[in-house]
Amino acid sequence: MAKIATFLIMAVVWVVLSGMFDAFHLTLGIICCGLVAHFSHGLLFWGGDAKSWSRGLVRWALYVPSLLWEIVLANIHVIRVVLHPRMLEIIDPQLIRFRTVLERPISKVTLAQSITLTPGTITVDIRGDEFTVHALDRIVAEGCPGAMEERIRKALEEER
Amino acid sequence: MINVLTTVLISTGILVLACGVIGILRLPDFYTRMHAAGKTDSLGAVLVAVGFALYNGQSLAFADLLVSAKILFIAVFIFVASPTATHAIMQTAIALGVEPWSKKEEEP
Repeated sequence: MAKIATFLIMAVVWVVLSGMFDAFHLTLGIICCGLVAHFSHGLLFWGGDAKSWSRGLVRWALYVPSLLWEIVLANIHVIRVVLHPRMLEIIDPQLIRFRTVLERPISKVTLAQSITLTPGTITVDIRGDEFTVHALDRIVAEGCPGAMEERIRKALEEER
Repeated sequence: MINVLTTVLISTGILVLACGVIGILRLPDFYTRMHAAGKTDSLGAVLVAVGFALYNGQSLAFADLLVSAKILFIAVFIFVASPTATHAIMQTAIALGVEPWSKKEEEP
C-alpha cells in the first residue's frame, strides 16, 4: 500500500519534471519510480497505519496557512526595522535558550523552521531538547517559543 | 486581470528583496544581518516565483502549465532550503565564536 502510494507520487513528480511523453522517457520514469518506491517508501510513509498518517497530513496541511501568515508578518516586521530611521535604537539583539516539550525529530525541525520564519527570531542550534535562538529585540525574545510549539505538538505528536 | 496580479506579485517580491539588501547594508552585525537576509529571501523569492508561474500559465496550454508547476516546485524548495541555510550559517558562526552585537556594550 505504502509502496503503491509512493510510486504514484513519484510518477506524478516525474511526469511534471520531465514533460516528455514518449515511450522511452515514460519507461525510464516507471523503472526509476519503481526502484525508489521499493527501497525508500518508509521515508515518505513513516510507521503507523494509513489512517493515522492521513490524519497527520491533514493537521499538517492546516498548520501551513497559519505559518504562511506568520511569514508575511515576519517580513513586515523585519522590513519595518530595516527601514526605521533610528534602527539601532529599536533593536536589542540577544541569544536565548529554552527547552522544548516536543519529542519527534520532525516536529523539532518544524518548530526550528517556524521560529526562523516568525518575526525577529532565528533558531541557531538544537542540542537534544534545548533550542538556541537569536532574537532581534527583547520583546520577541520573551515571546518565544509561544503558541507555535503547542500547535506543532497538536499537529504532529498527538495520539502517539 | 492576470497581468495586474502578476505585476503586483513580482514587484512586491522585488521590493521585499530590495528591503532585504538594505537590511544587510544597515544592520550592525552578522547575526542581525542574517535576520534581514533569511526572512526577506524566502518571501521575496516565493512571491516572484508565484508571479512567474501565474504569468506563464495564463494560456492554460498543457506545456505551459507543466512549466508553471516546475516554477511552483522551485518556490517550495526555496521555502524549505532558505531557513535551513540560515540555520547552518548561524550555527557555524556561533561555533566559530563570532560575537553577537549587543546594546549593553554600546552604553558608557
